[in-house]
Amino acid sequence: MKKDYTLKLSGLEPLVVTPESNFVNVGERTNVTGSAKFLRLIKEGNFDEALAVAREQVEGGAQIIDVNMDEGMLDGVEAMTRFLNLVAAEPDIARVPVMIDSSKWPIIEAGLKVVQGKCVVNSISLKAGEEEFIYQAKLIKRYGAAVIVMAFDEQGQADNYERRIEICNRAYRILVDKVGFFPGDIIFDPNIFPVATGMEEHNNNAVDFFNATKWIRENLEGAHVSGGVSNVSFSFRGNNSVREAMHAAFLYHAIQHGMDMGIVNPSMLEVYDDIPKDLLEHVEDVLLNRRPDATERLLSFAETVKQKGKQEKVDEAWRSKTVEDRLSYALVKGIVDYIDADTEEARQQFSRPLEVIEGPLMAGMNVVGDLFGSGKMFLPQVVKSARVMKKAVAYLMPFMEEEKLKSGQTSNSQGKILMATVKGDVHDIGKNIVGVVLACNNFDIIDMGVMVPTEKIIARAIEENVDVIGLSGLITPSLDEMVGVAKEMERAGLKTPLLIGGATTSRVHTAVKIDPHYSGSVVHVVDASKSVPVVQKLIGKEAGPLFHQNIKEDYAKYREEYANRQREKKYLSIEQARKFDVKVNVQNIVKPSFTGTRVFENINLETLKAYIDWTPFFQTWELAGRYPQILNDEVVGKEATKLFSDANEMLNQIITEKTLQANAVVGFWPANRVGDDVKLTVSENTTMLHFLRQQNEKASGQTYSCLADFVAEDGQNITDYMGGFAVTAGIGIEKLIAAFEKDHDDYHSIMVKAIADRLAEALAEYMHELVRTQLWPYAPEESLSKADLIKEQYQGIRPAPGYPACPDHTEKTTLFNLLDAENTIGLKLTESFAMYPTAAVCGYYFSHPEAKYFGLGKIQKDQVLDYAQRKGLSVEEAEKWLSPNLAY
Amino acid sequence: MNIEQLLAKRVLVLDGAMGTMIQRHHLEEQDFRNAALANHPYPLKGNNDLLSITRPEIIKDIHRQYFEAGADICETNTFSGTTIAQADYHLEHLVYELNFESAKIAKEVASEFTVLNPDKPRFVAGSIGPTNRTASLSPDVNDPGYRAVTYDQLVTAYKQQVKALIDGGVDLLLVETIFDTLNAKAALFAIEEVFEEVNCRMPIMVSGTITDASGRTLSGQTTEAFLISVSHIPLLSIGLNCALGAAALRPYLQILSGKSDFHISAHPNAGLPNEMGQYDESPAYMAEQIEVFLKEGLVNIIGGCCGTTPDHIKAIAEVAAKYAPRAIENAQASDNK
Repeated sequence: MKKDYTLKLSGLEPLVVTPESNFVNVGERTNVTGSAKFLRLIKEGNFDEALAVAREQVEGGAQIIDVNMDEGMLDGVEAMTRFLNLVAAEPDIARVPVMIDSSKWPIIEAGLKVVQGKCVVNSISLKAGEEEFIYQAKLIKRYGAAVIVMAFDEQGQADNYERRIEICNRAYRILVDKVGFFPGDIIFDPNIFPVATGMEEHNNNAVDFFNATKWIRENLEGAHVSGGVSNVSFSFRGNNSVREAMHAAFLYHAIQHGMDMGIVNPSMLEVYDDIPKDLLEHVEDVLLNRRPDATERLLSFAETVKQKGKQEKVDEAWRSKTVEDRLSYALVKGIVDYIDADTEEARQQFSRPLEVIEGPLMAGMNVVGDLFGSGKMFLPQVVKSARVMKKAVAYLMPFMEEEKLKSGQTSNSQGKILMATVKGDVHDIGKNIVGVVLACNNFDIIDMGVMVPTEKIIARAIEENVDVIGLSGLITPSLDEMVGVAKEMERAGLKTPLLIGGATTSRVHTAVKIDPHYSGSVVHVVDASKSVPVVQKLIGKEAGPLFHQNIKEDYAKYREEYANRQREKKYLSIEQARKFDVKVNVQNIVKPSFTGTRVFENINLETLKAYIDWTPFFQTWELAGRYPQILNDEVVGKEATKLFSDANEMLNQIITEKTLQANAVVGFWPANRVGDDVKLTVSENTTMLHFLRQQNEKASGQTYSCLADFVAEDGQNITDYMGGFAVTAGIGIEKLIAAFEKDHDDYHSIMVKAIADRLAEALAEYMHELVRTQLWPYAPEESLSKADLIKEQYQGIRPAPGYPACPDHTEKTTLFNLLDAENTIGLKLTESFAMYPTAAVCGYYFSHPEAKYFGLGKIQKDQVLDYAQRKGLSVEEAEKWLSPNLAY
Repeated sequence: MNIEQLLAKRVLVLDGAMGTMIQRHHLEEQDFRNAALANHPYPLKGNNDLLSITRPEIIKDIHRQYFEAGADICETNTFSGTTIAQADYHLEHLVYELNFESAKIAKEVASEFTVLNPDKPRFVAGSIGPTNRTASLSPDVNDPGYRAVTYDQLVTAYKQQVKALIDGGVDLLLVETIFDTLNAKAALFAIEEVFEEVNCRMPIMVSGTITDASGRTLSGQTTEAFLISVSHIPLLSIGLNCALGAAALRPYLQILSGKSDFHISAHPNAGLPNEMGQYDESPAYMAEQIEVFLKEGLVNIIGGCCGTTPDHIKAIAEVAAKYAPRAIENAQASDNK
């Protein structure tokens, strides 16, 4: 069986050297010993131009690029490392394998440590003996590179046929037999020496090379042959026409003999068939050592050959397109060469420099985004595009500064924005683009880079007193990381708005996972173009608070929509869901000041007035907006103000005339959780409250909540407590309504109902506060503003039967019986479990600090069966009352 | 029977996700601490590798569940077991212990199963992750020449990990989730150095990660370029894991299968993460996707990555049992040892 000794190399893309691949062309211009220009660029530290040299080589057809930094005045290790690291960031160049060219082992090793693909080491030899040769070869193998072996040994460089084959044979046997080197990874350089030097012993140099090549290819299985072609024409420096012809002819014959790789400057190479016949004949006479006077004949012939340098063949067609197309092309291809000129041209076409960024440059970046999304570009290319963008923006910056000065704008920034890619993530292109766009809009950007730990983000945000924090990430674990950052920001008491962006982030994730953990604004930004208006609104002095509220509401809505969609998806069995109940810690249980019920009649309406949340009042009138901002709203402000003043007039009248009566009944009972039920002890007897548990599948780590979870488990000798309440502010309302309706005064009729509703809600809020601080004093020290009360920023919850956490309205019967609500406060329950008067609220009290509102979502039949049994209902009846929550 | 011999007979099954299974336990900060770490001043929650020391019974139980599901090979809980990755938690000093203990407990569970059923020997693969730094990409857009980690730093870190894994008793080494080939090359370099120092070899599995729609690794290499870049070491297998679901992995497995003489492995995610970052391919669905490339004879080792569970592995093992392994022309072609 024939062994497969194919030489396979790689940059970002593979290079497989098969017999059919004919000849592998190695670019030679990135060599400080061979190119004065490249040496100057490296010495000057002009790496941009140095990279352009490499790019030209690849664009010109080089399949490998040879990089050499051997120069006395250079720190070769440093220069090799730096240059190859930079090459790695240039996908156009890095797509081809690298040839690490040095006569110094430390420089070679430095190169091997920074190249991800399979490269070629150029070169090692037996010059310093076998031991060093083996040592180096072994390491090269371990680094994963192919190797060029010079025909050089302890005696010196091989300069004839016999020495060449002797050294190459010896080196091959050592590599294959002692080091275990893969034969296909061995490339011999049997030394290309100049011909036509005028010295007779050089006349056979090319022929010896050709023959040695043939011998190697026939006798050293798998090995390849390479060489530096330009050496051969050394004598004709200054006469490029002759040199080009010599290179072409030499290559032609060398390839015939089996040379399959070589260092050639493609711009110094004529096509063999295009060499004029007479010139070719003279050249080949020399190369093949066909006649003794070959050198003299070529020298005199050379004088007659017209100088005609080859034209560079770089595709510049794109330069003739419109400036927009050119900018787009430069962004997609990552070409910086013309970006300043093109940006300038675009700048003159637009009235403001910023429009160039927002217009053609962003358009170009969108093309990049689309190509990346569809897999036609890959990450390193996108990084390059971002760099071109940056360069264009940098060009425009002075013009924008100037514009600012002219317009008399002070250089005061719009605000300070901290940006970071979260811990564990290295992706920052999106973040950088957002940063650039924001900076262009006069925001100060503090970019903390990538993989930034939460504590550093927070510390810096506080230290710099930033106005907005922007988090970015691309990989999915970053999503959780962002949740962590939000939680920590909350813990640190920050209110700084949080921007979320990056490929895997989504509005839904932001709404569902991040927003609930942070009381400041959290906004998901789809792309850079959206970031500017969002940030402006977030930190606007006037608009800020309103925008904050709107955003919070929007995200709550997205959460709900998401939950609705989820409900149709997957469910855990009720047994499984119960395994992931909310495990609350039941220490420090506070005993209520009484058990049983207590009635509060004729509560002072003036007191309640302060507890009113007016926002829903305006919603009743279909005026969108938050109180109190709504009063100054551009669109509805006037109307709202009028309404508000009418409402207050009526409210004051009701207060003075005492036409409405507010009553409340509150009860507390010893309570313990039994599964998803809560067992209350009501003067020796037991009453069961029945609750439902979330079943729609969540991410692992999430709990499946049930209100019962917030009460201590039965059978652990811990007596916990639960409360219940019913309040109404509607006693006497019939009379008022009747009076207005008699006058067909719908306005005041609706008004009085709306006010009564508000008073009932205010009463519930007032009673809850009284409960927390006095009646069941688990938060005796609490002192919250009314606004905070409305935002429910207190410990414990008061969920109502029929609402999302406990949607079964029939449970109101149990609650009403416990409270004896009809007799104590005149609140009735209708057949369909509605309360009358309608200005009423009833519910449960849970005191546990971890008790939280939640939506039950949809549930499965297994839970309904279980619930019906617990409640003693028929399944049909249970299904009837739970129908909005059934997932089947 | 050694693993090479087994591979000639059937498709071997690798286990599934460790993280997903750990999440099920709803662990808290204290679970990541033991007496020695009681006063460690930095948060440790989320450092899953640490559980091999602080809650070994959980990790052993996960290994057990995967073996029960039919896995032939389990991975040690050491994905982040390098000084570089552990630096996040300031636990560099525990790297040896983490790897040693992880290997030890995995081997204990594997041995339990092998003793019960010697016809189905179980293997432990020492999991060697990519670390959280890239040796060939700059994290600083303003300085593309900058590197947050060097080859030498990686080699040093990987050597510590490899040594500890071998001391702990692993049967194989698995360099996985490779998003930057230079990191992987450093890992392979380190492995070779350790082999030389301890004067033994063991089979090495290598598994890369295709991260985006262009079919390239994060550091920009095509599948074939990646294959070429790591083929200088005789490998037991080369394959792909993470990032994509089974179906999306197929074209790249075809490339590997067509161009490599090593065994081919795949351990895909349970689909692509949805907009909430969750994986939602069911065991049955995933097994169905995998059956497609089993039918085509593309793989020799199959398992699961992010989002997969014992249920997934069970379904995969059942379908894998129905098909012959991918045939290799030169089964022991890697004669350049």
